[in-house]
Amino acid sequence: MNKHIKNVTPETTDLSRRSFLVGTAATGLVLGYAGVPGIESASAAAPASFEPSVWYAISPDGLVTVTCGKADMGQHIASTMAQIVCEELGAKWSDMRVQLASNDPKFNDPVLGAQITGGSWSTMMNFEAMSRAGAAGRIALTEAAAAAMGLPPYFKDELVVRDSIVSHPKSKKQMSFAEIVKSGKATKTFTPDELKAIKLKTPDQYTMIGVSVPQLDIPSKTNGTAKYGIDVMLPGMAYGKVVTPPVRFGATVKSVDDSEAKKVPGFMKAVILDDKTGTTSGWVVAVANTYANARKAADALKIAYDGGPNAKLSSQSLLDEAKRLQGLEDSGQFFVKDGDPNAAFGTAAKVVEAEYTTSINIHAPLEPMNATAEFKGDILHIYSGNQFATRSGAIAAGAAGIDPKFVVMHQHWLGGGFGRRLDADMMIPAVQAAKAVGKPVKVIYSRENDMTMDFSRPLTYQKVKAGVDGDGKLVALSHDVVSAWPTARWGIPDFLTPSVDKKGPLDSFTVNGADFFYTVPNHYVRAIKNELAHNATPSGQLRSVAPGWTFWAVESMIDEIAAATGKDPAQFRISLLDGAGKNDGGAQRLRNTLLAAMGLSGYGTRPLPKGEGMGVACVSSQERATASWTACVAHVAVAPSGAVTVKKLTVATDVGTQVHPDNIRAQVEGAALWGLSLAMYEKATLKDGGIEQTNFDSYRPLRMSQMPEVAVAVIANGEKATGVGEPAVTVVAPAIGNAIFNASGARVRALPITAEAVKASMKA
Amino acid sequence: MPTLTINGRSMSVDAANDTPLLWAIREQLQMTGTKFGCGAGLCGACTVHVNGEAVRSCQTMVGDVAGKKITTIEGLAAKGDHPLQKAWVAEQVPQCGYCQSGQIMQAASLLAKNPNPTKEEVVAHMDGNLCRCMTYSRIQKAIMRAASEMRTASATSSERRPT
Repeated sequence: MNKHIKNVTPETTDLSRRSFLVGTAATGLVLGYAGVPGIESASAAAPASFEPSVWYAISPDGLVTVTCGKADMGQHIASTMAQIVCEELGAKWSDMRVQLASNDPKFNDPVLGAQITGGSWSTMMNFEAMSRAGAAGRIALTEAAAAAMGLPPYFKDELVVRDSIVSHPKSKKQMSFAEIVKSGKATKTFTPDELKAIKLKTPDQYTMIGVSVPQLDIPSKTNGTAKYGIDVMLPGMAYGKVVTPPVRFGATVKSVDDSEAKKVPGFMKAVILDDKTGTTSGWVVAVANTYANARKAADALKIAYDGGPNAKLSSQSLLDEAKRLQGLEDSGQFFVKDGDPNAAFGTAAKVVEAEYTTSINIHAPLEPMNATAEFKGDILHIYSGNQFATRSGAIAAGAAGIDPKFVVMHQHWLGGGFGRRLDADMMIPAVQAAKAVGKPVKVIYSRENDMTMDFSRPLTYQKVKAGVDGDGKLVALSHDVVSAWPTARWGIPDFLTPSVDKKGPLDSFTVNGADFFYTVPNHYVRAIKNELAHNATPSGQLRSVAPGWTFWAVESMIDEIAAATGKDPAQFRISLLDGAGKNDGGAQRLRNTLLAAMGLSGYGTRPLPKGEGMGVACVSSQERATASWTACVAHVAVAPSGAVTVKKLTVATDVGTQVHPDNIRAQVEGAALWGLSLAMYEKATLKDGGIEQTNFDSYRPLRMSQMPEVAVAVIANGEKATGVGEPAVTVVAPAIGNAIFNASGARVRALPITAEAVKASMKA
Repeated sequence: MPTLTINGRSMSVDAANDTPLLWAIREQLQMTGTKFGCGAGLCGACTVHVNGEAVRSCQTMVGDVAGKKITTIEGLAAKGDHPLQKAWVAEQVPQCGYCQSGQIMQAASLLAKNPNPTKEEVVAHMDGNLCRCMTYSRIQKAIMRAASEMRTASATSSERRPT
């Protein structure tokens, strides 16, 4: 397991080492975790100048403002954090407000110890902390109310807290949160032990958790008032348009001729980036008084490049290299090493082997990458929507040549994230342009910049070999995964995982999911870094990351084995999910989820028309330690031409505890449609070192007319809350591939699936 | 300096005639509800109305719309309570929300002409608007809800009309 999730058990979180502080500040009641600089002074006097310094505050008018340290990219996590606080605090939902945190370390994730949003981690890792924060506030308010009402302390158990009111039914006395805050009597410090000792509500006492309250951010997203990074306006601001080289990475600028650009009104400067962070290469920023003029100036620049070492590479050359590496015996490092598959293959009754590939995929959130940089005194202010403030602030500092502690990140709503905004490339042109012209500069990528310079989902090549014994039991599986390593690029050791063969750390974000919950006695998973692809196509974390490709291979192969041994693919999976040994618990939950999807879809209950078929897949995405158990039944029709119509996707997911049922459905449906889009429609290619697709005419995410019926079943069985933003992405492609096989006998092994590939496989 | 009639107000913008309307709205007028998505008319995030027609403001030049009636998301309804906006909240449509101004403006131009669209008509009208969060089914539901409410409202008001 990675170090970054070692602390998933709440008892061992950073939180326990801090004191929880409640105090009345000049502007209201503030509540938060102490033990980090700032909070004590903030609670003693007016909040610090640029941000309030704690998890939430209650103002004298009774409004409760929760500060969300997670990036909100449409998963409504800010609202979810408020909902969890609200449950224990006893506030009225209409009194709840949210604001987005700065990069101050005191807003770090209590489990991860940094500000990073991804992995479908946020709810599971913050549920406990936000619950305790809410409960501590309720206790402080209750004690203050008891004192203000003149009740002896032992009466406090008779007080009822509901809808932002503390009442004492016996004496018919009551005080609103607003009145308590105004009284100035709410002051209490919780030691770590006291905080830990607070008895949280049990699920049967919930009145907010499990209720689909109106999301706090939605109204602002229907009237144009929600502020995204791109919407930032600063006095005296200039605009920057990046000019990126034809090669994705490795090019350098030889010369810039700005003589034509100088004729564009408002043009200020062409800035060649000096990027010591190694994030970008060969970029120039055209700075002007308006963005329209910056675009004109950018178009007018004549730039000569040295294409660098990757200028001749193509998708094919990356794939060829992947195959070469896979063929080497000593390539890569082991992620799973159980038993001895190679010996087992020797005695197996049947061996099935296959190669699976996925193409380069582009995040393409609808808000193009952007950042605004402003130097004010010693402080560099960055305005952007970003998923990894801790690292992105450091990259901005690196671009400016200053200490990261002098960078203040002003978080905004994200116009889509999907992992793209974990990266910090947009900070560099904004910072260096602002420095060069001595004004705040907002840099906005064109869609073409955004597509061709994406930190993409890497091209992947996987080879899977399976051995079945005489009874048709799966006894051995070896699985090689070759790709660029997205997380290794960050240079943060805690995000890497020691290999089981002690050959140094590996990037588990390339192999997560391959450590599945099926019982296979002999099981190898090898993570092989494709250095060529790693350098030529710097990769990133795209919604669901590794499980998006590992389950494509695993769940296709399981189907291939079922077909080779004459078994129903769903029943075969159920037999493998026996919960033996280390799979106990998870395997049973996954089995139940698969059964739920089968039931909801009517799998196997009726004959389908000719040319139609159903396929199943089930996954433990995201990581083995953080799984939301997810299964899909895809129903497809395959035409003789090979054209595939996805008629229906049925997705079941076990999330343990559902905080907001309606949002879970929205997230699961969106994720499933992402899965469909990646399975059928989205493909990027590398040619001459550059990404060929530049806009939505050639890179084509799913549109409304391509949407099938989607049915979602959410299983909430009272286990701990898990994530929902990503897992359903990963289950759809293999379910569709398996349905195509069921419908037509054609086996597809490359994503995205094309009619040509289906037709070719039908003939074979 | 071109003068634009936008959301019922006349405003002059400091922009050349060949400036895309999108950037004049966002930067000169500082109305940021209209979004930049692709710059090529492929995604619909920048959709506004010109004389009641939905257009892509990234493909519409300032010089071509002088004197015409421009409406942005900020001006669709004075209080942000157009039936579509209410339906968007009721159906909890937005996820990231970035495309939704464009989606609402695109949908509004449909309902202005066709108060009772079929699902197929909705899809055909909306297919140029990308939603990367893939909220398409809720967009459809919200359009149907708004259409139904608008029909009810207009039926009620016509019933009350003296004969």
